[in-house]
Amino acid sequence: MDNKIKKVDLIFENVDYLEVLERSFKRSQDEIILDIIDSGLRGRGGAGFPTGLKWKFAKNEEAEQKYVICNADEGEPGTFKDREILTQVPDKVLAGMALCGKATGANEGYIYLRGEYNFLLPSLLSSIEKFHDQLKQLNFDFTIHIKSGSGAYVCGEETALMESMEGKRGEPRNKPPFPTTAGYLGQPTSINNVETLVFALMIAKEGPTKFKEMGTFDSRGSKVFSVSGDTPKAGIYELELGMSLEDFVNEFGDGDTKAVQIGGASGFCVARKHFKETVIGFEGIPTGGSMMLFNSTRSMFNILNDYLEFFEEESCGQCTPCRVGCQQLLKGIEAVKRGIKPPSYLDELQKLSETMKLASKCGLGQSAPNPFNSIINNFREEIIY
Amino acid sequence: MTKVEELVKKQAEFHGYKRESLMPILQAVVRSERFLSEEAMVAIAKELDISTADVYGTASFYTFMDTKPRGKNIIRVCKTITCHMKGKDGVIEALEDTLKIKLGDTTPDGKFSLLQANCLGWCHKGPVMLINDEVYPELTPQSAVEIIQKYLKQK
Repeated sequence: MDNKIKKVDLIFENVDYLEVLERSFKRSQDEIILDIIDSGLRGRGGAGFPTGLKWKFAKNEEAEQKYVICNADEGEPGTFKDREILTQVPDKVLAGMALCGKATGANEGYIYLRGEYNFLLPSLLSSIEKFHDQLKQLNFDFTIHIKSGSGAYVCGEETALMESMEGKRGEPRNKPPFPTTAGYLGQPTSINNVETLVFALMIAKEGPTKFKEMGTFDSRGSKVFSVSGDTPKAGIYELELGMSLEDFVNEFGDGDTKAVQIGGASGFCVARKHFKETVIGFEGIPTGGSMMLFNSTRSMFNILNDYLEFFEEESCGQCTPCRVGCQQLLKGIEAVKRGIKPPSYLDELQKLSETMKLASKCGLGQSAPNPFNSIINNFREEIIY
Repeated sequence: MTKVEELVKKQAEFHGYKRESLMPILQAVVRSERFLSEEAMVAIAKELDISTADVYGTASFYTFMDTKPRGKNIIRVCKTITCHMKGKDGVIEALEDTLKIKLGDTTPDGKFSLLQANCLGWCHKGPVMLINDEVYPELTPQSAVEIIQKYLKQK
């Protein structure tokens, strides 16, 4: 194996999570949060907000009721790591939630599980039951519930998720207020990705130093990657952050990789000529873990078409730039391909995509132009001819 | 009281009459009836004391909350990028041939509906389909047909 790719085993490692919790419950809220801040852990769902700060904001709010939410609405195409984490180490996720509950002063937690993963419900519910008994023995008051999604990608957006939990259409809210101030039912809520919660537990277990020593200045620690597409090694890998895309492709490619989509449908497509200088991490191209490899047999038009069809269907329709923009990008590339519109129409569409980035309300509309622009810029000829 | 109204009443009792209960109640009705009829939505609105338009507005937002009748077994074949690359079109064709229906339709006996879905989260093992809540990864046209035949034998 190329030693530039470093495999890590923090997430799936079996640990005595009760011992970690017992120790953490004796510490102050600030001590727990400081460790998380110090570790440099940033959210693993894709957006990368510093986890310790999020917990601190929630802790600083005065409220009768606070909530912890585990965002298991893993809908980004190319991402399947949260399902694997919830299957293999559900107890660590629950323990991470309890830790967050202790740190922020919340006694209720929710897992929002996407409807596509309903088959996980029976095993998760029995894990929760067992975990509640264990917490009783530790004398810690924290209850976890599960809410199911029903097939809406946008509900992975944290405020849309809370709307959905409240029994409404999953339409993103205006921010501010941020969820740490007014989240679920208007109460302070810290919402974290499945993987983030497990890392938080591991940081509580081992202290911040070990985690901080891995990765780079902007991207501390490791990350679970979901590798798919044209690769002989499709699957899930926990790797140290900050590697170059070239090293990644050397490890996972099939020898003929022409492009890699980093960060799922809402991420960026990187062409072979840029593999060397592209860093996988927050200083380069961040990812919630999705790495899709494409070899030279693939038509980039078809791939872009698939991405845009996805966004066109999953846009919640609430704000115009996203609703109309996604439709027009999709229609536009089809018109150019068929010769109904001239190639210069792509430039018009790129202007439209700038508007979408600026004016869309949530991450969906702001990031739908990412695959569009990166594929047009790198593979313009494949879109036209 | 009809069967659906009774179901709604029970679910509302169980989940509570707050707005937060709407999703679990809708999901329970879909699980049992395979879709949300007008009758069901009116009953839910009445129980939770909200407008029927609000119930329909919420339900119609979510892909898995069908407001038109579906079969007993709902097949959802993932259509997103990697599953497309790995041959979901062949799987769908084979299923259409076996069930003798087109994508989006339900068999006349009401046993199967054949639908497409956006990313189901099995990109490393595509093509994949869900039948109700069960997952079937790494499909070939042939294996997909064999799975359907098992369902046919069951009932």
